[in-house]
Amino acid sequence: MLQIDCPWCGRRDEDEFNCGGQSHIQRPGLDCSDAEWGDYLFARINPKGVSLERWRHTHGCRQWFNLARDTVSHRILAVYGMTDPVPALPEARS
Amino acid sequence: MSMNKDRLPGARVDTSSPVSFFFDGKPYRGYAGDTLASALLANGVRVLGRGFKLHRPRGLMAAGKEEPNALVQLEEGAFTEPNVRATLQPLYQGLRARGQNAWPSVGFDLFGILGLFKPLFPASFYYKTMMWPSWHWYEWAVRRLAGLGKAPRERDPQHYHRQNLHCDLLIVGAGPAGLAATLQAAPSGKRIVLIDEQEEPGGSLLAERESIDGKPAIEWVSATLATLASHANVQILRRTTVTGYYDHDVLAAVERVTTHMGPSAPAHLPRERWWRIRARQVVLATGAMERPLVFPCNDRPGVMLASAVRHYLNRYGVAAGRRTAVFTCNDSAYLTAIDLAERGFSVAAVVDTREGGAGELGDRVRALGIPVHAGHRVLGTRGRKGLRSVRIAPHAGGSESSIACDVLAVSGGWSPVVHLFSQSGGSLRFDETLQAFVPGMSVQQVRAAGAAAGLLDLRGALNGGAEAAVSALHAMGIDAASALAQPAVSVPAAKALEPFWFTPGVPPEYQWLDFQYDVTVADIALAARENFVSVEHVKRYTTNGMSVDQGKTSNVNALAVLADRTSRAIPEVGTTRFRPPYHPVTLGTIAGRGIGDRYAPRLESPIHERHLELGAEMDDYGGWQRPACYLKPGEDEHQATRREMHAVRNGLALFDGSPLGKIEVRGPDAAEFLERVYINSIRNLAPGRARYGLMLNELGIVIDDGVLVRLADDHFLVHTTSGGAGRIFLMLEEWLQCEWTTLRVRCTNVTTQWATVTLSGRGARDLLAPMIQGIDFSRDAFPHMHFRTGSFGGAPVRVLRASFTGEGSYEISVPANRGLALWDAVYAAGEARGIAAFGLEALLMLRVEKGYLHVGADTDGTTNPLDLGWGPVIAKKQSDFIGRRSLSQPEAVREGRFRFCGIEPLDPSKALPIGAHVLDSLPDGRRRSGGYVTSSCFSPTLGCWIGLGIVRDGPDRDGETVTVAGNGIEMQARLRGTVYLDPEGERLHA
Repeated sequence: MLQIDCPWCGRRDEDEFNCGGQSHIQRPGLDCSDAEWGDYLFARINPKGVSLERWRHTHGCRQWFNLARDTVSHRILAVYGMTDPVPALPEARS
Repeated sequence: MSMNKDRLPGARVDTSSPVSFFFDGKPYRGYAGDTLASALLANGVRVLGRGFKLHRPRGLMAAGKEEPNALVQLEEGAFTEPNVRATLQPLYQGLRARGQNAWPSVGFDLFGILGLFKPLFPASFYYKTMMWPSWHWYEWAVRRLAGLGKAPRERDPQHYHRQNLHCDLLIVGAGPAGLAATLQAAPSGKRIVLIDEQEEPGGSLLAERESIDGKPAIEWVSATLATLASHANVQILRRTTVTGYYDHDVLAAVERVTTHMGPSAPAHLPRERWWRIRARQVVLATGAMERPLVFPCNDRPGVMLASAVRHYLNRYGVAAGRRTAVFTCNDSAYLTAIDLAERGFSVAAVVDTREGGAGELGDRVRALGIPVHAGHRVLGTRGRKGLRSVRIAPHAGGSESSIACDVLAVSGGWSPVVHLFSQSGGSLRFDETLQAFVPGMSVQQVRAAGAAAGLLDLRGALNGGAEAAVSALHAMGIDAASALAQPAVSVPAAKALEPFWFTPGVPPEYQWLDFQYDVTVADIALAARENFVSVEHVKRYTTNGMSVDQGKTSNVNALAVLADRTSRAIPEVGTTRFRPPYHPVTLGTIAGRGIGDRYAPRLESPIHERHLELGAEMDDYGGWQRPACYLKPGEDEHQATRREMHAVRNGLALFDGSPLGKIEVRGPDAAEFLERVYINSIRNLAPGRARYGLMLNELGIVIDDGVLVRLADDHFLVHTTSGGAGRIFLMLEEWLQCEWTTLRVRCTNVTTQWATVTLSGRGARDLLAPMIQGIDFSRDAFPHMHFRTGSFGGAPVRVLRASFTGEGSYEISVPANRGLALWDAVYAAGEARGIAAFGLEALLMLRVEKGYLHVGADTDGTTNPLDLGWGPVIAKKQSDFIGRRSLSQPEAVREGRFRFCGIEPLDPSKALPIGAHVLDSLPDGRRRSGGYVTSSCFSPTLGCWIGLGIVRDGPDRDGETVTVAGNGIEMQARLRGTVYLDPEGERLHA
């Protein structure tokens, strides 16, 4: 049960949120190859260590934001906006 | 017969409060303070269970939750609970328990004959012998012969609570380490919670004859509890087991609120309470568990853990037998011999696997006149339903001798209880001195203390507890505290444990590791021979550690055997993963009060009460309570639905469409946004006009459909399927917030703000015109798929001409609080003309007559818009939309896809079963599914059964006769177009 710092509402329990999976995926245009489109749909990294993912505070402000999480310790390393660049991160413990 | 005339002095049971109870139907007597196990032991009941596979008699082995054998079925009927550890169950007046997996009783079990066939049942015998012709031939019998308790069949009359708890410091375990930690932390003023699973705090001190500051340890426990009681910031939860350690220092615990009272507990109390605890810092003082030794026939009733023998003697005043022998590979078991002998009980011998024997305690044992056989092993045990003697011999060989005894107290060393630490993500380290896994690095705010950290003696527990508290306080920024000086204790000088994992040189078949699932050394050896290497695979292959105790007594021994047989060191083999729950949790506790009506919120339309007055049969549709049909006196649901369908096609009909999803999309870029969401064109839709559209996900699969209305240039109303509004609204927001972040658009889900009443039939417009101001209802001024706004009694009203029945309809929406007034006004005005309300069942059949798609019923997780015949519409659109690129992937355009079409039975009086498969014949004569029937109903208008389906290339096979199979029948049907009624749409425009 993670505790997540929603940028708008503050610290809340994980069960108020939904995880939308890996963030920073570029959506290809219509002229992309079948393989590129397939990668966009299905290929995801499964990191041991820092995972950049997007979350929604579903039972709160309903806003999406980005989050950097250490998949080993489940420590949340950073919370940042959907259009923000990836911030400098503390070392993951993995 | 009872072997204890009464209890020993000093026992923590109240001999002035006798308690009568029943085991396997026979009456017995114990005392308040007993567990079921201690009372049965005092009554001389030796066989408490039967082995899982072989039904060998099994007796009490432990005194705590690690007990593998004494699992009983508590009580009967709706209250009953299977697999209750007799060692944890407090005795209450009139308690009734039964042994499990035996017939007629555990004492005399006819299935015990299976024990003679032990060689036939090695690990994996199911997989190897019961394959032909099919496992299902054997399952019936195996399920009866093998197993543990029986789940209750009746509804649970008890209730359960869930509760949240936040604290600064959580301390798990109220033994010496946990109490010392709490004592240390209490003055900090932080919110401290101490959780203990026993009936009373004290942990091992309740069971050992140790002294603290020269006084019996139990006095220190009482004094400590008194001190803690004066600290308002300290809360103690008793009878509570922490079962799981989750992310970010959340722990789950089960409090057994009335387990000590039984079925007569006051009704207002929950049976159990499920705690969800969020702690800033955690100290695990969970102690250690003693391991059994592994030797031939070590499962005989009377073979007990040495610590358990002391526990029953010192805490409950019960001697486990008349004459006890001790078998050990470490010093701690010598205490059992000393405690028994000093209480005047006969101790036959101490058999020590170490050539050098024990330290200080060894001297005390010899001084008591007890023979010590160092460098010896046990080669076997005798006794039919209980131990009579053991056979021992020196390791080096030489003469065997026999020791008469009815209890063999064994100790294979101690394993710290690292379960919660491991669940928290912390690593484990193999300690060579203890020959056990101990906590290593932690990744959360947790530290282990005392025996849980591998410090097995009392001094280590007290000091370790205090130091852990200091460390936890330090982590919270409280630095002033240094560890309190701990009271004086004496710790005898001990010799090191020497591992003795199993008994070599004698057959391994009868050397038990896992008593609950009947796994022996031979089974692990078999797995190793068959080249199983991973400890996780060996666990599953042999089932070692997979029963309800999750290997509490067997895991370390089993992996030591695996290490030996695969010539590896134990740390190299590693341990299986510790997963929650640490101790089984009943489902009722997890569900808490969220059952029945409290399982989920019920959505009701503003017109709900009127539906009930009209005789509506309510049902759940996508979370909404909606009328399935309206029953008139004497009607059943089929008759009512057919009457309603007839009314819609031939007269005035009224429907509550309030749950219809409504999302307002507004902003300068609203048209651009919806152009990217819908597969059809939106930009060219004029204000005041409506259009039916489909939405896809990125995989190109149809996820929703509905009518889109343009209210103004920058303002749209998106209608979604009922029950789909929340999901679609979140999807639109996700695209706006995450992908198209520069679009200036706002979405608002207004579904419940508007009540919607749908009126159709001849005269509808004449009825509405005087009631609604500001709208010209004439046929030419307000055609199909147009939208108008006006007012109803001063309230805003929105009217859409759209239809899901095929009849010309008006969908009239007013603010939710005016919904009932609108319904009543329309109903009253229409009564003279025979207006009829119709429900969901009629609606869903009327739309089948029209071939209207029902997303989720006529589509599945593979259906794309090309399968629905939308190819030409998409081809006309130039720009991208969600899922478009997926529609040109090879999978989307291949031949042989399941596509939407009509399907009608050749015999029109026969119903096509929904879900029945349309069969393809293959060249080799076999048949396979070529799609299925998705909708089927009787059309009263057409007088026949009709259907829709998704069928392999269905639209290209118009008129083809196919075989349909489902519900055990086969029938012939014909593929056709989807529209059965009014293909020109004349009714819509009427």
